[in-house]
Amino acid sequence: MTSPETSPETTTELPVGADAGLRITDSTLRDGSHAMAHQFTEGQVRAVVSALDTAGVQVIEVAHGDGLGGSSFNYGFSRVSEIDLIKAAVDEATQARIAVLLLPGLGTVHDLKQAHGAGAQVARIATHCTEADIAAQHFAAARDLGMETVGFLMLSHRLDPAGLAAQARTMVDSGAQCVYVVDSAGAMVLTDAQQRIQAVIDEIGTEAQVGFHGHQNLSLGVANSVLAYQAGARQIDGALCALGAGAGNSPTEVLAATFEKMGIDTGVDTSRVLAAAQDVVKPFIPRLPWMDRSSITQGYAGVYSSFLLHAERASERYGVPAHAILERVGEAGYVGGQEDMIIDIALQLAEEKDMGDLAGAGVR
Amino acid sequence: MTTTSPVPVAIVGPGNIGTDLMFKMIRRSEVLKPRYMVGVDPKSDGLARAARMGLASSAEGVDWLLAQDEKPAIVFEATSAKAHAANAPKYAAAGIVAVDLTPAAIGPYVCPPVNLEFNKSADNVNMITCGGQATVPIVSAVSSVVDVDYAEIVASIASRSAGPGTRANIDEFTETTSEAIEKVGGAKQGKAIIILNPVEPPMMMRDTVFCSVPPEAAEAGDVQDRVTAAIHEMVARVQEYVPGYHLRADPQFDTARDVWHGNGRVSVFLEVRGRGDYLPDYAGNLDIITAAAVRVGELIAESRFGAVSEGAIA
Repeated sequence: MTSPETSPETTTELPVGADAGLRITDSTLRDGSHAMAHQFTEGQVRAVVSALDTAGVQVIEVAHGDGLGGSSFNYGFSRVSEIDLIKAAVDEATQARIAVLLLPGLGTVHDLKQAHGAGAQVARIATHCTEADIAAQHFAAARDLGMETVGFLMLSHRLDPAGLAAQARTMVDSGAQCVYVVDSAGAMVLTDAQQRIQAVIDEIGTEAQVGFHGHQNLSLGVANSVLAYQAGARQIDGALCALGAGAGNSPTEVLAATFEKMGIDTGVDTSRVLAAAQDVVKPFIPRLPWMDRSSITQGYAGVYSSFLLHAERASERYGVPAHAILERVGEAGYVGGQEDMIIDIALQLAEEKDMGDLAGAGVR
Repeated sequence: MTTTSPVPVAIVGPGNIGTDLMFKMIRRSEVLKPRYMVGVDPKSDGLARAARMGLASSAEGVDWLLAQDEKPAIVFEATSAKAHAANAPKYAAAGIVAVDLTPAAIGPYVCPPVNLEFNKSADNVNMITCGGQATVPIVSAVSSVVDVDYAEIVASIASRSAGPGTRANIDEFTETTSEAIEKVGGAKQGKAIIILNPVEPPMMMRDTVFCSVPPEAAEAGDVQDRVTAAIHEMVARVQEYVPGYHLRADPQFDTARDVWHGNGRVSVFLEVRGRGDYLPDYAGNLDIITAAAVRVGELIAESRFGAVSEGAIA
């Protein structure tokens, strides 16, 4: 295992192309925020950052699950302000850079500046896979701030490879230094991921790197990540203990072990990252992400993973099954950020149930 | 006031909003006569369409408009916040009243069912945003009954109904809408979220309004009944000029929680079906702001230019 060479002082210069090593970005403290119902404490953030930093993980994402500004009625309020959590993470990190996520339409350039002021160095700007052009002002602002930039094309399974490549082009032209194919619903089955990565690489060549963010709803997060690497992706996301939305993310510790076994250098010390998962994260997780009826339905129906806990809450409140709500979300084609529609669907299902329309309520 | 001919107006910005505005005035307004359509791109479909409808159209920008012998009394700006900021002083110098449909927020915010008593002598009024026109009335209805410490809105619109101006200025949307939730809606703190959804066939505009309410309003009883009644009454008022504006379900109340600073919550789910004046009916986000702008323009025409209307647009 080599020690990481990237220092926190490095600016926006990035190795590009297939020759560079693989970089794992850990999203335990961002995607994991969904699974924690946004209740991370400063102590948990410090412990996780310290363990990941020691293990050689070079980028650690810290934010509300729905990105900067996500603390809200719609997505759930953060227990501790994300800016305070970012400051704590920056304080703990010795070599790792702290990344933040921002969804234009939800977070703003103002939020990004605050995060940068708190010490965040990597800006990951996320849009639905067809809407890359709403992020231009955010990429520009991030570059002006001297931040490293990553574009995040969410729910990438909803667009064909050629269409996705065109959206990646828009992000690169806006200032993205890497574009991720993001399998937000854990809906991609092997070649689905690989073909999209390939198409994006064919489009942007060595102008920017390509990344992959997987979910475990169909249990394929790690396998898709390996295929993504083989197609040329050089940034891969994971989360310790898979802590993330839906059935969770590709587990960082499994990615590290798998890539090491394949002889691919990630700069991560597998033994230390296994310890981080086992000893630091697992003890505080209230419920390990798992492939249950609802999360598998998300992968199958292509539903944004963070809708899971919201559907469970609406299920409890309105007495309709969570998986039936999620199926409806899939049919309606709702995208990330439309959590409010879950209550609307639950109300419809409850009304149909009252009317005795059991088939409509998803009872089969 | 005697009957006079309709007031000549200009539309600057021949995109989705500008074109919808033009059709609304032609079809539904006795008071406003769209005379000019102004853009900057000679290849613009909107300019060609306006020319076919009999408007004097030019791609030579606002300077062309201001060089015309017959100046418009009112200009409706549907460009971008940045463009309006540059144009506003020119309109003011030429004595033209501006109804601003961008999030530039130079003039006071106007939302017809909430503050039609706006200052009609202002040279510039701002129509907030489509999401603001759809949701600020509901925040105002709730805050007319109880204190609203925090209000949050989520506007979901069809990707096809969001033109390049909206896309390039999405922060201005959230910031202007948030501010209007406070200044016009009466919430102490506002937050706005906009989501674009590309699903086909396109989804109808949807808006969700969450307001914090005192614990007693979150429990069944008189206060809650008054909040619900105020919301229904407000929906009826908006329907006077946007008939496709309606509740998806009764307002939903959630009881007080610690994470909500001890407050309860009311959630209001809205759908806005457009009239299909330009884009099809999914684009309620166009109607909600253009119908409001036409209404405001008519009031200005009546109060300042002596125009007489048989009634509001219907």
